[in-house]
Amino acid sequence: MTLLSAPPRTDRPTGGPAPLAPAARLLPSLAAVYRAQLARARVARIPLLFVATFQSLGILVMMRGVVEAGQSSAARSVVAGSSVLVVAFVALNLLAQYFGKLRATGGLDHYATLPVPAASVVLGAAAAYASFTLPGTVVTAAVGAVMFGLPLGQLWVLLAVVPLAGAALAGLGAACGLLAPRQEIATMLGQLGMSAALLLGVLPVDHLPQPVLWLRDLLPSTYGVEAFARTFAPDPDWAMVLADLGVCAGVGVLSLGVATWAYRRAVAR
Amino acid sequence: MSETAGRAPDETPPCVVVRDLTRTYRSGRGAAATEIRANDGISLTVRRGEVFGLLGPNGAGKSTLVRQLTGLLRPDSGTVELLGHDIVRHPERAARLLGYLGQESTALDELTVALAAETTGRLRGLGRAQARSTAADVLEELGLTAIAHRPLAKLSGGQRRLACFAATLVGDRPLLVLDEPTTGMDPVARRAVWRAVDRRRAEHGTTVLLVTHNVIEAETVLDRVAVVDDGRVIACDTPGGLKALVDGDVRLDLVWRDEAPVGVPAVAALRERAECTGRRWTVRTTPEQARELVAAVTTGPAFAALDDFTLATPSLEDAYLKLGGRHGGLAK
Repeated sequence: MTLLSAPPRTDRPTGGPAPLAPAARLLPSLAAVYRAQLARARVARIPLLFVATFQSLGILVMMRGVVEAGQSSAARSVVAGSSVLVVAFVALNLLAQYFGKLRATGGLDHYATLPVPAASVVLGAAAAYASFTLPGTVVTAAVGAVMFGLPLGQLWVLLAVVPLAGAALAGLGAACGLLAPRQEIATMLGQLGMSAALLLGVLPVDHLPQPVLWLRDLLPSTYGVEAFARTFAPDPDWAMVLADLGVCAGVGVLSLGVATWAYRRAVAR
Repeated sequence: MSETAGRAPDETPPCVVVRDLTRTYRSGRGAAATEIRANDGISLTVRRGEVFGLLGPNGAGKSTLVRQLTGLLRPDSGTVELLGHDIVRHPERAARLLGYLGQESTALDELTVALAAETTGRLRGLGRAQARSTAADVLEELGLTAIAHRPLAKLSGGQRRLACFAATLVGDRPLLVLDEPTTGMDPVARRAVWRAVDRRRAEHGTTVLLVTHNVIEAETVLDRVAVVDDGRVIACDTPGGLKALVDGDVRLDLVWRDEAPVGVPAVAALRERAECTGRRWTVRTTPEQARELVAAVTTGPAFAALDDFTLATPSLEDAYLKLGGRHGGLAK
């Protein structure tokens, strides 16, 4: 029995190579990846978003035991650090795990056999991971500000901090996931990055030894924390806030560039 | 080895032309690493509008070959041409010529069936509205509309596979490369797959390259089949042409209730030449001998020990073994 009964159509023009189907363009395909990743988050990531937020709230409660409420640099960094930690948890740690898994299981083949620019896949996923950290970050910042007696009026600045710190951390996470030779190493790198963001972002800087401070300066999340912390001051130094956000943006461009390169390398032919 | 037999006439222009393709990879680490030749000088031609199969056991090198055809892997040497395009030199063109269904679904697992199909269409260059309507049409065609809003990860293996196949079809391509597309599917889903393939071939002259180790499927849907073993193509012909190699022989399968009654001389003699897998013995022989064997095992003590027996005409599996396939059969 032959199930396939239709005769093949063979009356096509035969001269020269066949025309190529159009490739997907950068922005529409970026939007498609972004939308798919957000939808994916609704299915798979909501429990992890709760974990990310509760972790940060837990740290706030713990630090409240050792840091006095009120206007102090320690209180400001605890609240800002806990808030940006949500971004680090999702954008760096979870994205590293996602790309690590995709690479290890052959899932990247799906994208590699579609005519889609590498940047669309990386930026779309990074943007989605960064943007679904926003609710958790806002909740943490609001709760933290109330607990530590800091003003709530400047929380809008998170609308700049989350995407910019998110870009820097997501780029780093994607690069780790795509460059790690094994899935377990991608997971480990993501978790180490998040631990670093936790320790170096939340602990008040006054008591940290100099080598640790250098390390802190190397971590992109630091500049997101600093920018956000400055806005809690009674008279914020907006130029410094902008400068810190500028560093985040610069690192973001760089790390997303590295991640895009890492993606091309991972699907290397 | 004949490359010409089949339904598509010789003058049909080629869709896939592979010449002397070689690919090795290293297995293990350090001093213990060994070099494995996954593809060892493979040449084949698939004509436009053909449903062409790559048949072989696990580890024969089928997937390595397909990964080179789809531009995912660069060959060590040899050429791959798809519809007149040199894929070794321009691997990125493969994505604009073919739709590929790989074995893994991790990239789509957490999406709903509808969104997986629509997103894949958009990444294949379709606009949003077009991707959405094409995806809806394909889901309807494959009978997936009822589960369109369920995430792939929550579906059974066969349904998930069908959803991935749907995504492969969104955004027309002149060549479909399907790596074991029907794994885990029930007969209804399998028929939906082959109907969809058939329709695209009739309407658009779509060529299909199919990887399988399912012998029955290969016999029923393929125009031509290349038998791959240890990284080489050991035969390439129509399923009927391959089976003609073992024409005249039949296959006798005996299943014993417990121990085989080797006290019976005919059974003892049979043990020497049968392929024994547990309680199942398989022997390929002439119809006359088979008749004698059936007579011997359906009487007396042998019959008492016999649980079941079947006598069948040769299949592609028998052809594979006759051709010298070294893995003791295709189905694993």
